[in-house]
Amino acid sequence: MDRRATFSNLWLAGALVAPQILLVVVFFYWPTLQALYWAFSTQPPFGGTNQWVGWQNFQQIFADAVYWNSVRVSIIFAILSTALSIGMALLLALMIDRQLAGHKAYRFVYFWPYAIAAPAVGLAFRFIFAPDAGFVSAINQLAPNLWNPALKGWDAMILIVIANSWKMMAYNFIFFLAALQSIPRGLIEAAAMDGSGVLRRARDIQIPLLAPTLFFLLVINVTESFVDSFGIVDITTGGGPARATDLMVFKIYSDGFKGLDYSMAAAQSIVLMLLVIGLTFVQFRYIEKRVHYA
Amino acid sequence: MSRRILAAAALAVTSLGLAGPAQAQQRIQFEFWYGLTGRLGEIMEEHCKRFNDSQTKYEAKCVGQGGYDKAEQNTIAAFRSKQHPTLVQIYDAGTVNFMLSGATYNAPDLARDFNMKIDWSGYFPGISNYYATSKGQMWSFPYNSSTALLYWNKDAWAKIGKTKAPETIEEWWDDIRAMKKAGIECGFAFDYDTWMPLEQFSAIHNLPIATKNNGYDGLDAEVMFNKTKFADYMKDWKKLLDEGVARIQTAQTGKTILQAFTDGSCASMLSSVANHGVVGSTAKPGLNWGVAKLPVYKDFKRHNSLVGGASLWVLQGKSKPEYEAAAAYIQFLLQPKEEQWFADVTGYIPVTQAGYKAMVDAGFYADPKRQGREIAIESLTFTPPTAVSRGIRLGNFTQIRAEIRSELEAAFTGKKDVQTALDDAAQRSNQILRRFEQTFKGKQLP
Repeated sequence: MDRRATFSNLWLAGALVAPQILLVVVFFYWPTLQALYWAFSTQPPFGGTNQWVGWQNFQQIFADAVYWNSVRVSIIFAILSTALSIGMALLLALMIDRQLAGHKAYRFVYFWPYAIAAPAVGLAFRFIFAPDAGFVSAINQLAPNLWNPALKGWDAMILIVIANSWKMMAYNFIFFLAALQSIPRGLIEAAAMDGSGVLRRARDIQIPLLAPTLFFLLVINVTESFVDSFGIVDITTGGGPARATDLMVFKIYSDGFKGLDYSMAAAQSIVLMLLVIGLTFVQFRYIEKRVHYA
Repeated sequence: MSRRILAAAALAVTSLGLAGPAQAQQRIQFEFWYGLTGRLGEIMEEHCKRFNDSQTKYEAKCVGQGGYDKAEQNTIAAFRSKQHPTLVQIYDAGTVNFMLSGATYNAPDLARDFNMKIDWSGYFPGISNYYATSKGQMWSFPYNSSTALLYWNKDAWAKIGKTKAPETIEEWWDDIRAMKKAGIECGFAFDYDTWMPLEQFSAIHNLPIATKNNGYDGLDAEVMFNKTKFADYMKDWKKLLDEGVARIQTAQTGKTILQAFTDGSCASMLSSVANHGVVGSTAKPGLNWGVAKLPVYKDFKRHNSLVGGASLWVLQGKSKPEYEAAAAYIQFLLQPKEEQWFADVTGYIPVTQAGYKAMVDAGFYADPKRQGREIAIESLTFTPPTAVSRGIRLGNFTQIRAEIRSELEAAFTGKKDVQTALDDAAQRSNQILRRFEQTFKGKQLP
């Protein structure tokens, strides 16, 4: 059974989709093509004459230990922050879905973090986790130098993971809650009558039925943590200490805008784009097979 | 928050101005972008206002960019899309980018085309040498100029029975070690900024940072800071850190070096004289502090320190009236009266010898509130500039600073040995220089 909507008036159809196409071309294809051109040439900061250099920019990137460090750091960041934000969001959504006391207020409040701009999140977390003056400085009074993201790479990484997860958790939470509420109550109630506890119901009924949502969020979170983590890093750690939080997207910014090496930044953007496309492909190819759409 | 209020206030002021007298509409307007922030940024606004109030023909529209580096980045981005200002404040490290950009309307040309009265030889040599081309011309107008000083807490030094700031680095280290014994936990606060330890340090010790006279003689220069006394200096810093007598203070640790000094928790720091006013106004009550010339290692003869700060560049692609207005603005800033006002409210030094003389004659430096600011001039003019104490002209120097910073972070946090870190920084800096040379292939430093 093949149902297709057809338009007899192609001109009208064309006119209707034209604004959308235009937007995509102007804001996506055109910059991508420009980046591609820059990646294979040298672009002087003030514009002007590019020189074609072939693969040189890419060769230089791949021969650079600092670049591989940023790839490593980005992957660690993506795994940790995706796991934390999805895990916490799922936990919170399951709690709210049980309609415990005050759930309406929580449901409302949990979405707020997503509405806050990344730099503001960064600023708040920088303050909270400042080793000398923040709320967390109490830890340092008990055990001196236990926490210091300005000096310790892992502390800095934990800081940006928490800040990013806190923000993404809100987004994930709404999706999980919506999905949980579409699970027929009857199933849960039947399981409860059969004597299964909260955890058992979550494991055997709710989470399997959430699989499509989980998969969707996995793709979104991984992508976001690769391409949208700039604001938090810029405000909290600035990529440091000693490049411990120099994520790929932050390195593109610092090489391009601070270092004024637009070509090197363009080449890195192309690599990042391919990496994200590749990851998404892998997720669809291998993980989606295990997802059952109801 | 306060910035937002300020922006709103500025907006209100501008709209009032527009609604005011009709002549406002006939004024020739031009745009000026500046990089300074905080209190110094507010002073930039005030300086503009003084210009606008001083005459009725021109109107400067001054826009803060939120930082020196942002001012440079934004100007470049704006220039590419032809939305750039007529006049822009660019920090010392950005000078070479603008010299090679082909986007500038150079100072001598502007001065000639608009009959500006400028005494080119009246600038302090330490300043004019820094910004000059190989032919001795300045392409931009030196504006806010500073140099680095040692800020010291007199009460802390009194605790170890001393009333004078240390002259040599060895003496300084002995002092802060003695302070530790006397119960002062932090004798010296530092961060990863390279301006004081690398650039100023190398100048006063007359040490090269790079070959080809710190890059003034060609784009093919290579850095060599990892092989000079600077490496020992950084090893000393690391040692002080390990001994627990010095501390790293950055915004990420909760307090900057400035805050750690002004609240009395750390006894000394290296900072720009531009912060003299800020330290004075934010120091906790009763803090007894002073400034001194940067200490030198005792085996070295002291040389002049480097000028830091920014200069004003005029950009191409604007109309004749706009250039005329910008020229009038620059001329206004160079009046001794304006130089004195600006130096008074900030701590920056006057850029012309005439301005300085007028201030000395007026008893400016005799005021106890400004005590010590003349030391900056003394430091800057200590010796005539040599081929390497003249300045630094390396491509993409901002990025080189960032590389050194990252490597110092690695060294000070114990991930790497100091020498290895500096060697790595040097190697990466040379890559940056080669990239720069390639991007500007066929171009020569003017």
